[in-house]
Amino acid sequence: MTPAAPAAPAAPTAGAALELRAGAMVWRREMLHYLRDPARAAVSLFQPMLFLFILGVGLARLLAESGADGSAGDAYLRFLFPGVLVMAAQAPAVSAGASIVWDRESGFLREMLVAPVRRSTLVLAKCLGGATVATCNAVVVLACAGLVGIPYHPGLLAALLAQLGLTALAMTALGAAVAVSIRRIQTFHTVLGVLMTPLLFLSGMMFPLSAMPGWMAAVALANPLTYAVDAQRRTIAAVGGADPAESAAFLSTVEWGGWQPPVALELLLVAACTAAALAWTSRRFARPR
Amino acid sequence: MFPLRLRPGARPGPGASGPDPAAAPASRAVGGPTSTGVVAAVRGLDLTVAQGEMFGFLGPNGCGKTTTIAMLCTLVPPTAGRAEVCGHDTRTAPGAVRRGIGLVFQESTLDPELTVEENLRFHGDLYGLPRAGLPHRVGEVLDLVELSGHRAHLVRTLSGGMRRRLEIARGILHRPRVLFLDEPAIGLDPHARARVWAHLRDISRHEGTTLFLTTHYLDEADHCDRVAIVDSGRIVTQGAPAELKAVLGADRVELRTADNPAAARVLRDRFGLAASAAGDTLTLRARNAAGLVPRLCADLGVAVHAVSVARPTLDDVFMHHTGHPATAAGGAAPAPGGAP
Repeated sequence: MTPAAPAAPAAPTAGAALELRAGAMVWRREMLHYLRDPARAAVSLFQPMLFLFILGVGLARLLAESGADGSAGDAYLRFLFPGVLVMAAQAPAVSAGASIVWDRESGFLREMLVAPVRRSTLVLAKCLGGATVATCNAVVVLACAGLVGIPYHPGLLAALLAQLGLTALAMTALGAAVAVSIRRIQTFHTVLGVLMTPLLFLSGMMFPLSAMPGWMAAVALANPLTYAVDAQRRTIAAVGGADPAESAAFLSTVEWGGWQPPVALELLLVAACTAAALAWTSRRFARPR
Repeated sequence: MFPLRLRPGARPGPGASGPDPAAAPASRAVGGPTSTGVVAAVRGLDLTVAQGEMFGFLGPNGCGKTTTIAMLCTLVPPTAGRAEVCGHDTRTAPGAVRRGIGLVFQESTLDPELTVEENLRFHGDLYGLPRAGLPHRVGEVLDLVELSGHRAHLVRTLSGGMRRRLEIARGILHRPRVLFLDEPAIGLDPHARARVWAHLRDISRHEGTTLFLTTHYLDEADHCDRVAIVDSGRIVTQGAPAELKAVLGADRVELRTADNPAAARVLRDRFGLAASAAGDTLTLRARNAAGLVPRLCADLGVAVHAVSVARPTLDDVFMHHTGHPATAAGGAAPAPGGAP
């Protein structure tokens, strides 16, 4: 006599397809959270806009008045623009990390952890979701390109968008890496606040590396965001923002002992840092507690 | 904390026709291959739960119930020893175990910012349920817990009882063989608790799911087919609630009469029952007390003012096996935290 076969659990489809579908759902959840809270997105845009149109404009006028060259002001705004793009992506990227801590506190993380899905899939999807949200935020700033004299060139916009996506992913991965090492949400915000401000200040976002003293420039060269900002700046310059008459300081780029790394290498560096942060996060995430 | 420890030979192999008597003292367990149920060798306890059974893991707060569930669900790795769920070792095949089980934790694991339906669909995607059948299945489990009317509501707007029912619905969405529930009715008002238990019985009946649940409410354990009573990290006894109570053998009768000493004498001489007096009440234990009471009233020869008969409760069983009441027991360790 054979015992009645118990109801088989739903047959899983092929492994990769299963992971992809679970990942897509995790990504979609991030988007739903974003879309259901438009106020948060609006508020997080406030600071970058402040930097561009208050601090940036003020500094630009100061430069224009004090410098011999009258176009220095406009050049500074174009110089500042990529940094502000990165800044706009930063806040939502960090909140993606915060949502990992939040998911753990609210218990939802458990629902994901007990599912028959690889934890690296969960981490990657979560970070991609955060990066997408962050990129969407930065797009609002990107739409202001014309106001600082950057042409709406489709190729340029596409290139900037792609680079922003990568940069956003890098920052999300960093936030996630901090999130998996920290249990309390308050500690998370403190740690990231302490971490993110120097990362932005030392990225050559507001002033070029050539204007930094040696020690500061050395720190900036070790900061992955420096390369992300520099790559975007050079992309803008290559397409049409660059004016030969512009102040040399705002055209100076990152150099390694006099050698200027190509944009592709800079982006590769950012990608490598992102991959490292993601791998580390997945490993920590997979560690059972 | 229960460190799982290997008990060689104490665990019936997957192909065994029945449980090893040493492994499952309450041998009402395994009817078919153990590959359909839960088998765990834990320090001081060997558990075997058969497919379709409603099994209660019963003990005071902090006795390690949550940790045991976490181990069986592969959330916490067993330091040593082994547990088998649905025929898969929790250590060597955690993925297979996870596909075969559903979980309802003590604390909520729903996303409050998603709707009822989105939470369920999310779960369906995580578990790779066939897309075509998913909407139907979502409707089915929502009907089962009577939440169909709340499909489009954000979970944040639901009451505690509704959320718990939604968690249960989500737990069975992927048709797990075993649904683990950690304190399924904790923190709910009596009405909501009763509903949760009614739904659990429905699920057991309609879906054939094995329910493995923990509770520290002894009266709730009466809903189970079989219970294991845990104290200080070991199982003190296990069996069907009725069997466990039968071990105590007797009902408790409390009497108030016009003349207690005289009544006690008659009880001893004519009925062969020893009664103890406390205050104005005589207490005695007797089998089939309900049948005894009419004879008592007729033959006692003393006017009876009041009689009460109490069936043994699981509280009495707990007391009998551990020597202390369940509520005051096991206060050594606080309940394990919600660490994933």
